[in-house]
Amino acid sequence: MAHEHKLEIFRGLLKFKSNVSKIWGVFVLLSIITIVEVILGIIRPDFLVDHHFLAMRLLNWVFIILTLVKAYYITWDFMHMRDEKSGLRRSVIWTAIFLICYLVLILLIEGDYIYEVYKSGFIKFDF
Amino acid sequence: MEATVAKTGTEGKTWGGGNQPLRASYGKMMMWFFIVSDALTFSGFLAAYGFSRFKFVDAWPIADEVFTHFPFLHGVNAPMYYVAFMTFVLIFSSVTMVLAVDAGHKMQQKKVIFYMFLTIIGGAIFVGSQAWEWNTFIKGDYGAVETKGGKIIQFLDTDGKRVAIRDFAVQLPTERVEHVKKEGIWFVSEPETMSSFSYEEVKAGFLANDNLLVRTQYKDEHGHPIVLSREASIDKITNDGKLVVEGANLKHNEYGTPLFADFFFFITGFHGFHVLSGVIINIIVFFNVVIGTYERRGHYEMVEKVGLYWHFVDLVWVFVFTFFYLV
Repeated sequence: MAHEHKLEIFRGLLKFKSNVSKIWGVFVLLSIITIVEVILGIIRPDFLVDHHFLAMRLLNWVFIILTLVKAYYITWDFMHMRDEKSGLRRSVIWTAIFLICYLVLILLIEGDYIYEVYKSGFIKFDF
Repeated sequence: MEATVAKTGTEGKTWGGGNQPLRASYGKMMMWFFIVSDALTFSGFLAAYGFSRFKFVDAWPIADEVFTHFPFLHGVNAPMYYVAFMTFVLIFSSVTMVLAVDAGHKMQQKKVIFYMFLTIIGGAIFVGSQAWEWNTFIKGDYGAVETKGGKIIQFLDTDGKRVAIRDFAVQLPTERVEHVKKEGIWFVSEPETMSSFSYEEVKAGFLANDNLLVRTQYKDEHGHPIVLSREASIDKITNDGKLVVEGANLKHNEYGTPLFADFFFFITGFHGFHVLSGVIINIIVFFNVVIGTYERRGHYEMVEKVGLYWHFVDLVWVFVFTFFYLV
């Protein structure tokens, strides 16, 4: 709410003097993450491309984790989730996270199954 | 005597009514509810994209090779730079928005006006960039041939560099009669998209140039598309080729599977629509700030609410950027 901003990020490691300086600090953080993502996206280091963890390239894990970090700071500091009551925070965040994880899990498993059917079955590419 | 219970016995309790247990006003709460439902809509789209991609996981286009253009730098290979620029524009307009919200809390009308203005400019730049990106994507780059099975084959020289079909296709003397309703079948119309070369012309040009090879949609284990040998290339194009594709639309896509183009248009289009509506709402609130509506109201919560929406649009872009352009 209006006059009670929490000014710490990184679990209190970094404390800003004012809300405005916190905003610029978060902007710098988001910019650094984006630059790292773009550089990795252009170079595509062989090590990260060729090694897999849980059937996904390490590079893609890096991208997804960095994206979630960015999403966290946008929600917490730009949308002021950090300053909301925990009830509001949980009802928004956990609802979305649970439903999205569930949907993504089901659809990706199904997509992979259809890929296997195409590959080893007799059905041609038809849609 | 008293049939109605006038008091519930919960007065003064947190959920007894008359106060704000979550310490958020009605409008702000509803904005959060809307954001949650909209987030689910977008994740539905992105999950569907993931589904289709997993379905054709060994033949999906590589975004680095699709989005390689930058305005005013013609012919320069610039993968991702323009999308990175768009991402920065959107993040920066998010920053100016949150600065406007902050200034609103302090009741600094001038500052709110200034930051809202910057936010609107940023949003307009983003929408314009997206239009440019669409235009480039639709126009296409090198051109390709679609096979009878609906797959795309692209052309390389022996050094592994892409070759555009306009650089090797030959002009064959052909006559084409335009289809009109009064002659032929009335419900059949001209094809919506027409390529500048026919399949026969591309084939003849390909056979005449010995240094040309065919690249398939399928990828090897390192994620690089498989390039066929000259003999296999000739065999592929003469026996399987069917149609010349230039650029992308909802049915054909020179970069690879048409689903990629479909999802590109749908997801970035839906996001662009959100940005557009965000800009319009921002403009309305901007003028309300200018004429002093919120100054008279005593608080700038409206700026905060529209700010929530604007940050959400940025948040969605972060995910679209990752799943469409990076992963």
